[in-house]
Amino acid sequence: MSVSRFWRKIPQRYNLIGTQCTTCGRYFFPPRSFCPECRRDGEIVDYQFKGDGEIVTYTVIRSASDQFENTTPYVLAIVRLDEGADLTAQVVCTPEEARIGMRVRSVFRRIAADGESGVIHYGTKFVPAE
Amino acid sequence: MVGIYSYGVYIPRFRIKIPEIARVWGANADDLTKGLGVFEKSVPDLDEDTATIAVEAARSAMRRRSVDPEKIGAIYVGSESHPYAVKPTACTVGEAIGATPHMTAADYEFACKAGTAGIQTCMGLAKSGMVPYGIAVGADVAQGAPGDALEYTAAAGGAAFVIGNDDPIAVINHTCSFTTDTPDFWRREGQNFPRHGGRFTGDPGYFKHVQGAARMMLEQMGKTPSDYDYAVFHQPNAKFPQRVAKMLGFSADQIRPGLVVPRLGNTYSGSSMVGLAATLDVAEPGSRIFVTSFGSGAGSDAFDIEVTDAIASGAFDRSAAPTVEQLLANPIYVDYALYAKHKGKIVMQR
Ligand SMILES: [Zn+2]
Repeated sequence: MSVSRFWRKIPQRYNLIGTQCTTCGRYFFPPRSFCPECRRDGEIVDYQFKGDGEIVTYTVIRSASDQFENTTPYVLAIVRLDEGADLTAQVVCTPEEARIGMRVRSVFRRIAADGESGVIHYGTKFVPAE
Repeated sequence: MVGIYSYGVYIPRFRIKIPEIARVWGANADDLTKGLGVFEKSVPDLDEDTATIAVEAARSAMRRRSVDPEKIGAIYVGSESHPYAVKPTACTVGEAIGATPHMTAADYEFACKAGTAGIQTCMGLAKSGMVPYGIAVGADVAQGAPGDALEYTAAAGGAAFVIGNDDPIAVINHTCSFTTDTPDFWRREGQNFPRHGGRFTGDPGYFKHVQGAARMMLEQMGKTPSDYDYAVFHQPNAKFPQRVAKMLGFSADQIRPGLVVPRLGNTYSGSSMVGLAATLDVAEPGSRIFVTSFGSGAGSDAFDIEVTDAIASGAFDRSAAPTVEQLLANPIYVDYALYAKHKGKIVMQR
């Protein structure tokens, strides 16, 4: 990922900043600036998700690209945030611990680093919360 | 009155037992654990570093007591394992708690006392009215060269203190420091691991400076050790703080709640701050706490702290974030091979 692309995504990666349509109440992550439901009547505002949710489904990554190879095996899940938005994120637990429906909460972790001398990408992962 | 508005701690879940490290290097495990008074130490996860620890500690502090992030005017992160040589950890913390952009920030480095130096800076800024609140963090993923004496204790963890004038949970009555140029421990630029002066590190380093600052504090405040309910000293191992407490006239009971090193190891910049946090975890309104940090190179910062009614009021919710005791519970033990992988000590083919 380029340095500038990473930088632009810092609010959503660090703090789960998405959006909400205050007309119908729906939450969006990643943030949307247009509500598909309310269309032109939709009033969109920034919203910081609380970071609590549950695993909808998950997969175990055992073979990853160079950036992630020293962290395999790891659990990559679709997490449904309590407000009702889904996102794909790593859940920090063993493959044996992970299960569908498991409650999770967000934590701040290192996501990847651009080699030994490049930028370090931080962001949100999840840990079991039960 | 300037003081601690809130505080938070983070300790990674992994631990390695000291005998497991001794096994790898053929050292006598019994002698080591007895000599150090340390039984296990924390190990960071593969994706944890000083920045992630600092962020988690700061977020915990903010969960315990609401602070308008806009009013946080300063963030200082003390560490000797900042992820970047150039690019402040404090900016990452500021962004992750929503305090940017209207704030000042910097990273501090003063071996194990960079975090308490940050508390002093925030006190000055808050007291002078330059900022409503400042956050001082001490965090490290401490480095010890494989097989070196430091490897048995170098641990990971950190604590964050929100400092301000407004209804603190603990007033900081006074702070003073004792500093000299002493080569007891150092790491040159570009080197992965620190070096130390061996036996030299004790007397002219730790004991001289901790006693220097502590006696200065007692004299300036006109107090004796028995005037305090608790005392916290920098804890590179369990023996040094126990010995210095005795030298100064503090009892084993006074230092007990803050002596976290036997199960945690030395979290360097986090060490005395996690000890202070563990003491605040059990303190009650009126408790008086004596704190003296130590950083090699060398210096000590002493603090006279008095817990207020606010700690037990509705404004502050200690249970909104884990206590040090809770963070030390339920560890996941790793063997030396996994520990080496977690610490990046295994050289990978590229
Ligand atoms: Zn809508």
